[in-house]
Amino acid sequence: MKKVIETKQITKNFSLGDVKVHALRGVDLTINEGEFVAIMGASGSGKSTLMNLLGCLDQPTSGEYFLNGIPTGNMTKNQYADIRNQNIGFVFQGFNLLPRTTALENVELPLLYDRNNRIQNPMDQAKKSLIRVGLEDRMNHEPNQLSGGQQQRVAIARALVNNPSLILADEPTGNLDSVTSVDVFSLFQDLNDRGITVVIVTHERDFAKYAKRIVEVKDGLIVNDYQVEHRSIAKKDLAEIKKETTETVTENNS
Amino acid sequence: MKSKNLFKVAFKSLLKARMRSLLTTLGIIIGVSAVIIMVAVGEGAQREIEEQINSLGSNLIVIFPGASRSGGVSRGAGSFNRFTMKDLEKIEEQATLIKAVSPVVRSGGQVIGGGTNWNTGIYGVSPSYLEIRDWELEYGEIFTERDERSRSKVCVLGSEVAENLFPNQNPVGEMIRIVNTPFKVIGVLKEKGQSAMGSSNDDLILAPSNTVLYRLSGGRYIHFIYASASSLEKIDAAQEELRQIMRAAHNIDFGEDDDFTIRNQTEITEAASESSEVMTMLLGSVAAVSLIVGGIGIMNIMLVSVTERTREIGIRLSIGARGSDILIQFLLEAIVLSLIGGILGILISIFTIYLLNEYSTLTAELNLFVVAFALIFSGFVGVFFGFYPARKASALNPIDALRYE
Ligand SMILES: Nc1ncnc2c1ncn2[C@@H]1O[C@H](COP(=O)(O)OP(=O)(O)OP(=O)(O)O)[C@@H](O)[C@H]1O
Ligand SMILES: [Mg+2]
Repeated sequence: MKKVIETKQITKNFSLGDVKVHALRGVDLTINEGEFVAIMGASGSGKSTLMNLLGCLDQPTSGEYFLNGIPTGNMTKNQYADIRNQNIGFVFQGFNLLPRTTALENVELPLLYDRNNRIQNPMDQAKKSLIRVGLEDRMNHEPNQLSGGQQQRVAIARALVNNPSLILADEPTGNLDSVTSVDVFSLFQDLNDRGITVVIVTHERDFAKYAKRIVEVKDGLIVNDYQVEHRSIAKKDLAEIKKETTETVTENNS
Repeated sequence: MKSKNLFKVAFKSLLKARMRSLLTTLGIIIGVSAVIIMVAVGEGAQREIEEQINSLGSNLIVIFPGASRSGGVSRGAGSFNRFTMKDLEKIEEQATLIKAVSPVVRSGGQVIGGGTNWNTGIYGVSPSYLEIRDWELEYGEIFTERDERSRSKVCVLGSEVAENLFPNQNPVGEMIRIVNTPFKVIGVLKEKGQSAMGSSNDDLILAPSNTVLYRLSGGRYIHFIYASASSLEKIDAAQEELRQIMRAAHNIDFGEDDDFTIRNQTEITEAASESSEVMTMLLGSVAAVSLIVGGIGIMNIMLVSVTERTREIGIRLSIGARGSDILIQFLLEAIVLSLIGGILGILISIFTIYLLNEYSTLTAELNLFVVAFALIFSGFVGVFFGFYPARKASALNPIDALRYE
């Protein structure tokens, strides 16, 4: 099995004036190709810090991080930028879409920064990506004209547009209601089924069961790491929820 | 990143932040046009003053009472610090290099005529004054030597006075009252425009010097003596001759200082253009201030938008933009805004200069050097302050840029 992610004793400290915050205190984590990992933990346990390091958005204080077997410790800023652009799709909890910019343009953006021009027609690729997340009829809407779930889908479409082999999502459903959250998870399961490695941070055990593996973090350390035994399929749950609502609607109508 | 994409990103960003783009451009427009217009007005005025001085009258020599000042200290303030008709008679008798000479007796006050009134300056001069000043008559004629001798109550109106008392008509033959003394209008001067000294050469009344001296000013003093040299080449010699005559007339001993000042036209020209240069510099510095104010406006807008833009930069970095991509984008944005602002500023100032020249009494002259300077300066300000936030933000970690508050 190919190791997509391998960290060796990575730590991350933040200094706030005199106070040092040890957000991560030696994390060893290996994730193989095709895995679907849910990272869980209390607020402030270091989940986001870990995700940012995995996504090359930030660098560890100490320890080594191998991405696809390559050590990232001595890379230049530009190399990090290229990795973010080509290998990783990152979904933020707060969406981080450009304001006053249509969904299509937001999704197209990573392709404009692609130095290798792997994709011939960025616009078409962006459209495909939006269709994949079910937003074909919202392409020309700007973020403030979209619901939270729709904005998150745009963010996911943006993460997908460069065909990354790894998707990192930091509480992608934190701002969404449960039905929409299940919907988003079904999207991730779908992507995982196509061979993309997925790592998701979530607070809720209900959603973690959509993953294949759960990693629990506490005070900057991994305290638990296990495979999910009875994995739920989000699409099925969604179908059931939909059936229930239609039933209630028909009941109400009759 | 392909350059086509860079342009695309930069232009989209400009269009997205319309208000910011507009305000930045506005700052540049104001700065550029203020500088160009102000300097144009200053230089136009300077040119006009020079032209007027050149039309002061050829070979003009003016004698002022009082010693010339040097270093702000008046030297030799003697008892003869005003002129009398005796001085004038001596000049008329003795001078050989002078074509014409005229006293100037200043008076002024309320003038009533044509059913209205007007406040203006009354100048008592001799008939040769028009020749000395190179002035011409629009209507009628100038008074004669006989009018001088008999202290006739006749006068010649400046065009502005004529226009105010007798609009759209020929006032020759009309009666007016100057400070309660009735005068007959016998002529009207041609319009001349602003004088070198700032006062209007059209807002005045000329009358025989003796008339003004004895009927209006009630004194015996002459304020200035105007003379014209027989030729331009002889102007220095004529000036020296006048000086000797005046010294003799005032009994000034050898070694003592003059108690009067003689200036010829070149000297007056120099003094006046010096003062108009000062004016141009003054306008220029006002303009420079507006350029700086415009620059500060741009700076403010840019700095206020740092928070928003730093987040934007964080987003771009997080999806794989390199620091250089960000820098080039911001540089392009700043250049485009500065260029648009600069070009609009130049167009607006050219148009304003055209309007000023066509529809106002001001003259304005476009100075290409100033155009280039204003463009470069505002461009520099725009680029610098557009670039500055980006330079800082693009060096950040994407995560820090996203967190920026
Ligand atoms: N930039 C920073 N400067 C200082 N301290 C930080 C910074 N980022 C994170 N921390 C600290 O590091 C610790 C871990 O933060 P992190 O954001 O990783 O938590 P989390 O597990 O994602 O929490 P949540 O579930 O609330 O998102 C916290 O104590 C936090 O205060
Ligand atoms: Mg977090």
